[in-house]
Amino acid sequence: MKEKPLSENIIKRAMTRLLVPFIQLFAFYVIAHGDIGPGGGFQGGVILGAGFILYVITFGMDEGRKRISRTASDLLSTAGVLLFAATGFACIVAGGAYLQYASLPFSSPQLASHLAIFVIEWGIGITVAGVMITLYFLIGREVQ
Amino acid sequence: MIAEHFPILVILTPLLSAILIPLVGMIRRQLCWHVAFVASHIGFLISGWLLLRVRDTGRISYWLGGWEPPWGIEYVLDDLNALVLLVISFIAFMSVLYARKSIEAEIEPVRIPAFYSIFMLFVTGLMGIVITGDVFNLYVFLEISSLAGYALIAANRKKEALLASYNYLILGTIAATFILIGIGYLYMVTGSLNMADLRERLPSLYHSKVVLTAFAFFTVGLSLKLALFPLHVWLPNAYTYAPSVVSAVMAATATKVGAYVLLRIMFTVFSVEFDLHVVSITSILLFLSLTAIVAGSVLAIAQTNIKRMLAYSSVGQIGYIVLGATIVNETAMTGSILHILNHALMKGTLFFVAGCVIYKTGIKDISGLKGMARRMPFSMAAFTIAGLSMVGVPLTVGFVSKWHIALGAIQADMWYLVPVILLSSLLTAVYFGRVIETIYFSKEPGAKKSGSGLNEPRGRAGVQEAPFGMLLPTLILAALCIVFGAAASTSVSYAGAAARLLLGGM
Repeated sequence: MKEKPLSENIIKRAMTRLLVPFIQLFAFYVIAHGDIGPGGGFQGGVILGAGFILYVITFGMDEGRKRISRTASDLLSTAGVLLFAATGFACIVAGGAYLQYASLPFSSPQLASHLAIFVIEWGIGITVAGVMITLYFLIGREVQ
Repeated sequence: MIAEHFPILVILTPLLSAILIPLVGMIRRQLCWHVAFVASHIGFLISGWLLLRVRDTGRISYWLGGWEPPWGIEYVLDDLNALVLLVISFIAFMSVLYARKSIEAEIEPVRIPAFYSIFMLFVTGLMGIVITGDVFNLYVFLEISSLAGYALIAANRKKEALLASYNYLILGTIAATFILIGIGYLYMVTGSLNMADLRERLPSLYHSKVVLTAFAFFTVGLSLKLALFPLHVWLPNAYTYAPSVVSAVMAATATKVGAYVLLRIMFTVFSVEFDLHVVSITSILLFLSLTAIVAGSVLAIAQTNIKRMLAYSSVGQIGYIVLGATIVNETAMTGSILHILNHALMKGTLFFVAGCVIYKTGIKDISGLKGMARRMPFSMAAFTIAGLSMVGVPLTVGFVSKWHIALGAIQADMWYLVPVILLSSLLTAVYFGRVIETIYFSKEPGAKKSGSGLNEPRGRAGVQEAPFGMLLPTLILAALCIVFGAAASTSVSYAGAAARLLLGGM
């Protein structure tokens, strides 16, 4: 008996719908938790990207592109790096060396470092997720 | 004061432009070139400023994130790398100027934003390798420039370009792995990644087997990266099939950066005593570089494709750079460092001209150049100047560096090197003489329609020069071949300072 196409399999569709939000939530947790515990922008970004790739595997490339357009994924890939670089520049403007978070004008150097690392973790996360999604679509298009 | 941040800004400018270019490309594809142009121009100006500053005040050190060096990453500018940085940023600037027309003819319009983005990433990688004072950071930049380099070679439409790029990818990855293993071993025994710190910690460990192994891995990995003779096999195909501007920028900068790293590791991370007495690496490299000089020239004579001939000629010229370093005295080392600058100018010019010819006529073979002097007089004049310079005719840059290397060999009582240098100059004269003879003195076959040019104009008679945007950088580089050859005192004094730094310590 021939197996049904992946996207028509009710169990997979339902499970994906159920799982993707939790995967994404977990990704956000890993990114946000990065500066005080295991995890970080890269790991969180991979989980975020993987969650979306799971969605595309189940529902197909066209449906996936409806959720996140090519422009959007390209913008995500670049926005993260720019966020990282902008944080570095902010440190120069605040009078420190490039990426010297402690020089940022917050109440204490510890708080400044904490917040700046929080921001750059998000930058890394966004870029990694964007690049993973882009790569998946590029390779998937060639396979089709 | 913004000037104190220049060491990081010189890296950030091309890096950020590489990220901005795809965004700009979404709005208007034509603007990508402008972004690359502005960024490379800023990079060039900052490097020029940094070189002058280093001459004035000595070593500049920039602490990333404000972390103190042995722990944090440090960007260092001294007499050696400020000069190399300026060469790279200048060649990058000229190449971007050249790329506008050249790339339009060689790459699909859709891919142009991606091309400029990767190009700037490549430049970032090279500049980063040069400026960093941290061996692991060096590896990271090495990977950035290598990965970008593979993509740039493959950007050409031809199938051969993919294969050449793939070969380079395999060998380049092996080289990078070797370098990483070397770094890992050094870190294992010293616990440090900072070059200045390593230099202080290493002498007591010189006879440790781990350090010796690390040094062996460095030497082989870097020789592969800079295409020293037996490890040059990736280079000819990569240069031949890459888009013209990529061949030019790679020949002029990528292998030079490899040579710079070899000098940096051999003489400032390790020391002269180590190279001479602990392992006699200089005599091994001396032998290899002599083979490279002769073999590169002989192989170049055998080629019919212009770009391939220039590529083999690069193999020989890299031999000169290594030879000057392995003689280990100040004069020869000065010659070696000068050759990094001079060869960048000469090879840049030659590949630019080859690109102009391909753009205008589609001709790739030397035999197709018959009567080209009448059709493209300015390009051919530039080719002749650079060709004479490669041979080492006085008043050109090639003479200055070869003179210093030969003089250094005599001072070091290595007389037997002089005939080799002379022989190689003669061989160079053979293969460039052949091209120049074809350009100026061969009769153009009357009826034969030459090539299916990409942009061949209807009229056959008269001058059909390459567009101004391509001609200008070609002529500037050719003019500099004469300027730095006739008035060499500035470049010699800069290179001399770098040589003293390498031989005398940090």
